[in-house]
Amino acid sequence: MKDLLNGWGATAVVFLPLVGALVMIAIPKSEETLHKVVALVTSLAVFVIGVALLVDFDYDNTAKLQFFQDKSWIEVINSRYIVGIDGISLPLIALTLFVVPLVIIYSWNHFPEPHNPKAFLALILILETGMVGTFVAQDLLLFFVFFEFVLLPMYFMIGIYGGEQRKYASLKFFLYTAFGSALMIVAILATYFLSPKIPVDGQMMHTFSMIELSKWHGAGLARNTAILIFGGFFMGFGIKVPMFPFHTWLPDAHTQAPTQGSVILAAVLLKLGTYGFVRIAIPILPEGAHWWAPIIGGLAVIGIIYGALGCLAQTDMKRLIAFSSVAHMGYVMLGISTLTPFGINAAIFGMVAHGLITGMLFFIAGSVKDRFHTLEIKRLGGLLLQAPRMGWLLAFSCMASLGLPGLAGFWGEFPAILSAYEPAAGLSEPLFRFYMVVAALGTVLAAGYLLWLLQRVAFGTPSEEFEDADIHDMHLTDYLAWTPMIVFIVILGIYPNLIFRVTDAAVIHSLSAVVGH
Amino acid sequence: MLTHVWIIPLIPAIAFVAILAIGKKLPRGGSEIGIAALAICFVLSLGVAAGWIQRVNHPPAVEANGAVAAAVSDGHGEAAASDLHAAAEETTPAAEESHPAESASSGHEEEASGHEEEHVTPPVVRTVTWFQSNGVKFDVGTMIDGLSTLMLVVVSLISLLVHVFSTDYVAGDRRYTHFFAFLSLFTASMLFYVISSSTLQMIVGWELVGLCSFALIGHWWEEKPNSDAALKAFLVNRVGDIGLLCGMIVLFFAAKGTFDVVTINTMANEGQIRHMLLLVASLSLMTAVMSKSGQFILHTWLPDAMAGPTPVSALIHAATMVVAGIYMVARLYGVFFNGFSIGTANINVMAAIGAVTLVFGGLLAFVQSDIKKVLAYSTISQLGYMVMALGVGAWTAGIFHLFTHAIFKACLFLGAGSMAHHIHSFDMKKDMGGLRKVMPKTFWTFVIATCALVAVPPFAGFWSKDEILAGAGQLGGDGGYPLMLIMGTLGAAITGAYMTRAIWYCFFGERRGASATHEMHENGPRITVPLIILSIGAIVVGLVNVPNTGFLSWVPGSYALRFEHYVEPTGAYFPGGLETFSHPEFNIVLALVSTLVGLTGVLLAYLWYWKDLGPHGLTERSRLARGGYKVLEYKYGLDILYVDVIAGSVKGPIARAANWVNQNVIDGFVNLVGTSVRRAGGWVYKYIDQGVVDTLVDGSGAAADVSGEVLRKAQTGKVQAYGAYLFLGATVLAAIFVIAS
Amino acid sequence: MLLNEFLLLAAALFCIGVYGVISRRNGVLVLMSIELILNSVNINLVAFSAMTGAVSGQVFALFVIAVAAAEVGVGLAIVLAIFRLYRSVDIDDVDLMKG
Repeated sequence: MKDLLNGWGATAVVFLPLVGALVMIAIPKSEETLHKVVALVTSLAVFVIGVALLVDFDYDNTAKLQFFQDKSWIEVINSRYIVGIDGISLPLIALTLFVVPLVIIYSWNHFPEPHNPKAFLALILILETGMVGTFVAQDLLLFFVFFEFVLLPMYFMIGIYGGEQRKYASLKFFLYTAFGSALMIVAILATYFLSPKIPVDGQMMHTFSMIELSKWHGAGLARNTAILIFGGFFMGFGIKVPMFPFHTWLPDAHTQAPTQGSVILAAVLLKLGTYGFVRIAIPILPEGAHWWAPIIGGLAVIGIIYGALGCLAQTDMKRLIAFSSVAHMGYVMLGISTLTPFGINAAIFGMVAHGLITGMLFFIAGSVKDRFHTLEIKRLGGLLLQAPRMGWLLAFSCMASLGLPGLAGFWGEFPAILSAYEPAAGLSEPLFRFYMVVAALGTVLAAGYLLWLLQRVAFGTPSEEFEDADIHDMHLTDYLAWTPMIVFIVILGIYPNLIFRVTDAAVIHSLSAVVGH
Repeated sequence: MLTHVWIIPLIPAIAFVAILAIGKKLPRGGSEIGIAALAICFVLSLGVAAGWIQRVNHPPAVEANGAVAAAVSDGHGEAAASDLHAAAEETTPAAEESHPAESASSGHEEEASGHEEEHVTPPVVRTVTWFQSNGVKFDVGTMIDGLSTLMLVVVSLISLLVHVFSTDYVAGDRRYTHFFAFLSLFTASMLFYVISSSTLQMIVGWELVGLCSFALIGHWWEEKPNSDAALKAFLVNRVGDIGLLCGMIVLFFAAKGTFDVVTINTMANEGQIRHMLLLVASLSLMTAVMSKSGQFILHTWLPDAMAGPTPVSALIHAATMVVAGIYMVARLYGVFFNGFSIGTANINVMAAIGAVTLVFGGLLAFVQSDIKKVLAYSTISQLGYMVMALGVGAWTAGIFHLFTHAIFKACLFLGAGSMAHHIHSFDMKKDMGGLRKVMPKTFWTFVIATCALVAVPPFAGFWSKDEILAGAGQLGGDGGYPLMLIMGTLGAAITGAYMTRAIWYCFFGERRGASATHEMHENGPRITVPLIILSIGAIVVGLVNVPNTGFLSWVPGSYALRFEHYVEPTGAYFPGGLETFSHPEFNIVLALVSTLVGLTGVLLAYLWYWKDLGPHGLTERSRLARGGYKVLEYKYGLDILYVDVIAGSVKGPIARAANWVNQNVIDGFVNLVGTSVRRAGGWVYKYIDQGVVDTLVDGSGAAADVSGEVLRKAQTGKVQAYGAYLFLGATVLAAIFVIAS
Repeated sequence: MLLNEFLLLAAALFCIGVYGVISRRNGVLVLMSIELILNSVNINLVAFSAMTGAVSGQVFALFVIAVAAAEVGVGLAIVLAIFRLYRSVDIDDVDLMKG
């Protein structure tokens, strides 16, 4: 069993959802229940494999790549099919495998217009393939393929099933991200051509392998070259995170996307960018990272404050939550920019926490939209009176989002702020301490906009418009879909070591090249 | 017992979940669970106290030659600690041991080469690993010493009494069960906070009590003013939390990467941390203290917090949560004492903030017509006393005042609740008056608590406040803290005056408004018994810390200063061993003067209200008086500054400006890029694709067309013409053949 | 022998025939001109045959006569068909293939 898992585990979690999608394509469109069952079974099967991976994972060796496979793929350019899971990717893979079944359960009675369960669920499964693939890939080209792969299903999800301005939003999302990726592929190719040659089947060839490239970590590159290549990566990943000022695609994409799309976008897709920084950009180009770190840190804290201010100005609930994502990812990027294990551990934790919490917030927003047919904050109110359990959940999610200790969000924010006090050697301490104070200020603003949202939506009494409306509380599918998320937000808040002990060794290993500077 | 203290916060936490889950179905709406849980907690706290007292009386022995250098701090002490352990285990008969738990923890046995007469009672620390980062493991656990034991007892006692009070007071409320659930959660959070062994844990507890405060202040959230107050409380506290986070982070790194309270304090006391860092950390943490403990200028949330139910005000905003800041200063006193150089200065930031708060807060109590607001400002003022005490170096005085204040202030708040219970109004001027005849128990308990507050000997408040003033006069550098002494004494007068005013409005005079129309009578035992218990406390608890210096040196040593003996920490983690640290002595002159000043305040108020003497109507006649009154009415303009100016502009124009920039500048740029590219594409299409390339394509077609037009003229259709071409061609060919050959 | 004279005669006849084919408007006359051309070629063939003594020239001339006869038959049939259509044999009127 262990051998099977070692050999096929990583590949299975990547491609099984795709198989499920193909099965769905064969089933006629009218068999809705069958489609839902197939999708759910597929995602649960993937989840079960994921649990097996979690169980089989060697927690004393989290820095080592496990479930490792290295097969030849495109021999001419030495791009290989290399997959593996280590302490950095494991939490994110777990997050993805965890969120997708929940989204499918939620979708059971909640399909957006135009009603097409077959296509919609197939898109979700295809998305899952792309997302998991990105996290397990250890070859730059393979990574890039999966990284781009997720754009298409998301484009269709927003463009067909989205809100009023869906065409604009989906196109903007696609083109903006693709623009970043265009710069990134240049960086990838530059890295490839500058990489040292390794022997492959008797020939000496450049390599795309992240493992080899990390070992090389850009030794011997001219400093400016390293900076430029890192810049290419920065554009590709930074747009995805999204970092200020490349964030403007996010509010539109999130607002126009259907609920399930928003949840997946927030929970997982945004993490592809930050993961890219941690996995690729920093270990391979530590010198470039060093130069870029203050800039990234600065943009991160600007994002924290700016995102918060943007939130305060919003009149649409979903757009507010979208801006809060910008702010939260600011904390993640701040942690990353310090180039210290504290910071990056915090960043990865923050990624998982944000995924769960903001995913939860979007679920609630979607449910509010279902019941009230509007997300305009000034028309809402008194949710706690009309749908008390949902109101409670909203309060809970808001508290988690503003970083209340005892819930997961705190462990993403506080260690990130802490890490800024003592950034990696060679980075300017006063500058990063200034960032630290600004980030701490950001927590005040976060509390501000979240509690203000809570006050206007959940507290008070219902507005005249909805006074007599029949607003029903949570359904069974809502309970099933949301309870696991809530449980994990609490568990991770109380015992953060669940993630920290997994990531710590791996993060220290990935930063081993940076410390030298 | 002392090693299993973690059970104590767990019980109310479980109660919280249980009440939410099944509370509504129970006959008393879940309050049974809450009261039961709190009763158990209180009993357990008393057990802990007994255990601690025993530990102090029989401290675990040190090595034979006593003066072991405190081999501590960065975990290197483990080897030494285990040696001492072995020795201690053999020699100590009865006292509880601290077991450094599972291998990775950092149990500390602190030995102080300290004062000869002082005993040293090491705290009981027990930790488990919470998480790891950067290869370093971080712990969560409990630390029990006199201070935490005291807090356990105070919190659980007041919480229990408030629970009992609430069963009557909040009966019939729209969210009765929910109320008790959050009372339990609050108690759990506060208990968790006070037994923290690490600063990270303290941050967690700090924020959790803030959450509960938010939930309880906004208990009647249907009405906007209540949810506004809740938000205000949370947000102002969050502003202070910037300081909390930054301060704790600085301390973490200054102590070479640990959150452990004992370690940080010990390093601070032994000079292993640079003074600048201690100062920065102290200043940062002071902002947190200012917000949480209602110090001027971040106090504005506290009066608004009175929008919550009265038991909440009694428990959270008088006795327990607001003292979280005081507790933090006390717990990290090594940092503050060295950071602010408290032992050698004549004025410092902390003392100044405390002094300003106690005066300015007290002044504001004069212009309130809501009894709860009077008490709220009184709390702010008394918290100022506590901060000032800590600021001048009178640690025990400050903590003792925390203790006595918790008791008599809770009594006052519950008394106010008792008065308002039937008329549902707290407005003294409009709806109360002459209640002493119809509510005797409330009246007398209120008066007793007031006497304690005004520091009339021998009530509790006298002993604590006097020690503070003595400290202000004697401690610190040469000459003490004269400014603090003056302001503290002034505060006594102010306190006497506004409390007398309140008593006049509530209990004397004619019954007005709602109290006139309502049938007013004394409340049931669930309300009055807590009041009586607390008022008895207000009389006697002062006597646990009777000094035996100066005028009172006849007091036997085994009886005097019991509180200090058991509560004040000993060991390297407390600056008590430093040369600059000392205790105030009892000064009969000061005691008499301060009492007289306080009574003068009472007298002046008495003359004003009972006898109608004094410049009544001054505010109408004098612009200056009116202006001063207005300043107080507008709370020094701080609320306008915070709510309207700062918060209003941030969430209004500034946020909108940011959004405008986002939509029109940043996104405008993105959209501009999009439209430009589209237009460029259109131009290329029109002018190059259509204009040039297509023209070439069309042109070739046209050329073919034209040449065809020209060449078709040769097609006449006439046979003879074709024949002529034939012969012509043949002739030419023949010519060529002939010539070529 | 008298070769040159025969060749000159044949050339003259040929030119008269070509003139007739190109310039005469009457279809029958065009056919007669074509006969003239063919016969001029015959004179050439026979003259050369007489000079060299090879009989192939005369044989070829016989072929030409037979083909000419067939061709005149077909040609007159076409002219008759044209006449039936146009009520005249003026070949300038037959210009349907004008481009």
